[in-house]
Amino acid sequence: MRHSLSAVSLAAAVALLSACATVPSQSVADQTSSGGKDQAKEKSYPGLDPATDSDPFPTTYRALPSQTVALVGATIFTGTGARIDNGTVILDGGKITAVGANLPVPAGAKVVDARGKFVTPGIIDAHSHLGVYATPEVWANSDGNEATDPNTAQVWAEHSVWPQDPGFIRALEGGITTLEILPGSANLFGGRAVILKNVPGRTVEDMKFPGAPYGLKMACGENPKRVYGSKGRSPSTRMGNIYGYRKSWIDAQEYRRKWDEYHKKMADYKAGKGDKAPDAPKRDLQLDTLAGVLDGSILVQNHCYRADEMANMIAISHEFGFHISMFHHGSEAYKIADILKKEDICVATWGEWWGFKMEGFDGIEENAALLQKAGVCTVIHSDDAILTQHLPQEAAIALAAGRRAGIEIDEAEAIKWVTANPAKSIGVLDKTGTLEPGKMADVVLWSADPFSVYALTEQVYVDGAVVFDRHDPTRQPLSDFELGQAGPAHPGARP
Amino acid sequence: MSVKTSLLALAAAAGLIGAAQAETIAITHAKIVTLGSAGQIDNGTIIVKDGRIAAVGANLAVPAGARTIDAQGHMVTPGVVASNTSLGAGEVEGESSSDDFAGATDQLSAAFDVSLGVNPASMLIPIARMGGVTRAVITPELPGRGDKKGEKLFAGQAAIIDLSGGANSITKRYAALTIDAGTDAAAHLGGTHGGLLQRLEADLEEAASYGANKGGYEHGTHRPYSLSKEDLEALQPILQGKEPLLIEVHRAADIRRVIDLGKRLKLKLILNGVEEGWMVAGDIAASGYPVLLDPQADLPSQFESLNSRMENAGLLAAAGVTIVVIPPYTGHYARQVRYNAGYAVAHGLPWETGIAAITRNPAQIFGFGEKEGRIEPGLDADLVVWSGDPLEMLTVPLHVLIKGEEQPMTSRAQDLARRYGALDPNQPPAYRH
Repeated sequence: MRHSLSAVSLAAAVALLSACATVPSQSVADQTSSGGKDQAKEKSYPGLDPATDSDPFPTTYRALPSQTVALVGATIFTGTGARIDNGTVILDGGKITAVGANLPVPAGAKVVDARGKFVTPGIIDAHSHLGVYATPEVWANSDGNEATDPNTAQVWAEHSVWPQDPGFIRALEGGITTLEILPGSANLFGGRAVILKNVPGRTVEDMKFPGAPYGLKMACGENPKRVYGSKGRSPSTRMGNIYGYRKSWIDAQEYRRKWDEYHKKMADYKAGKGDKAPDAPKRDLQLDTLAGVLDGSILVQNHCYRADEMANMIAISHEFGFHISMFHHGSEAYKIADILKKEDICVATWGEWWGFKMEGFDGIEENAALLQKAGVCTVIHSDDAILTQHLPQEAAIALAAGRRAGIEIDEAEAIKWVTANPAKSIGVLDKTGTLEPGKMADVVLWSADPFSVYALTEQVYVDGAVVFDRHDPTRQPLSDFELGQAGPAHPGARP
Repeated sequence: MSVKTSLLALAAAAGLIGAAQAETIAITHAKIVTLGSAGQIDNGTIIVKDGRIAAVGANLAVPAGARTIDAQGHMVTPGVVASNTSLGAGEVEGESSSDDFAGATDQLSAAFDVSLGVNPASMLIPIARMGGVTRAVITPELPGRGDKKGEKLFAGQAAIIDLSGGANSITKRYAALTIDAGTDAAAHLGGTHGGLLQRLEADLEEAASYGANKGGYEHGTHRPYSLSKEDLEALQPILQGKEPLLIEVHRAADIRRVIDLGKRLKLKLILNGVEEGWMVAGDIAASGYPVLLDPQADLPSQFESLNSRMENAGLLAAAGVTIVVIPPYTGHYARQVRYNAGYAVAHGLPWETGIAAITRNPAQIFGFGEKEGRIEPGLDADLVVWSGDPLEMLTVPLHVLIKGEEQPMTSRAQDLARRYGALDPNQPPAYRH
């Protein structure tokens, strides 16, 4: 073990050195200064001001080639609450261009006979650790929790994502077209979450959802207090958790104030007021992320099981002036459905996971239906590389429990739990999550009602391109890791 | 819920309802999946008397005084069996103080009897029952979950329980001896799969030596043994092939080695896990050993299961292997077992084999097939009337009978849903129960 660790360290050191050696000094020269008294003399120091460096790891996603497609004759759940029988969906130029019954098929379109089949928006998993907790589940692939400090808002999940995780492709075969990849829940502030399009990529940037906002993973309850309490550090209690959040938000507000003052003074200076350029505050990556939440550009994704703890988190959001986009897991959300509705906070939960720890002991199958009934933006998520492959079926469990409890919800509405609502909660509803003209053509063709245990995806489209086809081996991606293995590549494995 | 149902629940919880008071029930207009020689009966009647199935058929008269449950054309199957679960022996997965399934010690490893820790009043039992589960195969797990498993080889003795919640819920003790021969367990016994199998063979040899020389053991004239007397005794029925050894194994090569070991020592094995089983399906079928598997396991989660795939169950069954579909281990998920059977069917397992994999097959393999698992006269009346196809998520049980008693269709989860489903602005929910 010691030997292999040394080897890893050595390799890392070499990589670091070579990275340093290849950083071009011209990147400094390339920066154009933006006015000022003495442009010729002003040097630029890129990376010091968060306002000028908000997207240092830009997406390189490019939609795969596509053609005009007409899916004809399907039962369509649009994700807007509508069901269209014997309907048609037209995909053109990577976008959805028309949805409805009796639509004309554009000339030259490839017609897919979808009679007897179902079409839904691409399924969205708003809580995934694919890539950061990749399979095989070995030490080397365990990159989801930077469990070294209760506040690691400075780390970004995308930097742990291994694009070759075989789980991405299994999820794709289950209809998942968009994922939020989150850090784990060991910390009060786990770090930034990233939104990915579920397409095979050589780098994580190849998968990054263009224009999607970042998320901030926060965690309530047992995990942070267990992880740090066991190290003899704060937090070791729930009250310690709350202190930890508040202390960090105070730091973040202070940081924002300093940068605002600096930018104002700099503007004054550039406008000719004052003789000396102001000194910039020191950039802090942790506080950048928290300040992004306070500015509204980063969405809070809060792991929280118990109702009383959710109420505490809401109070903190009021104290510091931010909005919680979604509570994740939310086993007890049904107990405060009215409050969650009023606060416009989404809740992501499971159909039937419960009891795996004390804070999940009051988790009930009726949770989602009770939330839906109260008008809460309800989401079914996975948090699991197996469950993510069966997300509509997990929604079906919640739907059945609701019906048993006398809460009638139709399937056209329930499909929103895994499409439109997660899209809203992660900030991409204007781009995907429903079958509406103008949206990304992220679409799934199902062999049967997606709420059936027997339903299999037949085709999965991302931006209009066929990224998986159960009947076409040339449209069945395989991760590098599984290349040459008997199981996934077996001719019968993909019927 | 009505007062009557609540009282029924109360009485059931208190163990007041026993087979002695069992009423005669006729389930009529049922689509009966017997899993027995009668096959499927489209519009049949089941007569339940004294806790047992008295008659099954298409044109049966309802006995005088019998209560009728009109199935209205819905499907009736034997009660679902959740195999390889901690159900009834643990309340909260993350709180070890609430667990009674991980008890093996140096003194009690093969001999550890999980049945003695089963709590029929577990809050998990009504929740599983609401999902149509009527019996469970409780398997112990090595203690510590991870780094504290120590040197113990066997997790202990499995037990069969019914989900009536009654005092007499134990159907069978010593249903199988459980052992993990996979990576997790090997990590704590030297770190290799091969070393673990060597250790297993050595322990069995020691137990054989003990069995052949019990007198010497009593008089202290035996060679030194590493196992306790309790463990040496517990291994005797395994060596005699009377009790199954339920062995967790995953990799194709390991499955072959375990089969070889079983045949050489004439053991009655049940293979558990078996993600790469489809690659050696012929070997497994030829061995006659049955298989427990989770059909959802399709990821290369460990290096011992790189070739996991959804078609495993279907391919094994097609090769002639007897399949038992299992839920995730922790008792909270016991009710998932029927969906797991559905996923296997979606990927090639015939539908009726899928039903058998959660009813008849586990009952037969774990030695209670003469009591449960089919709808035939003489068997215990563990029956479920379903609102649709039992393997579908949108289907729910309408009636659940265990040993002839109709079970209350409520649980603490339903109580919580009712309590919070309609809030009273003037009273805290704590006053609603």
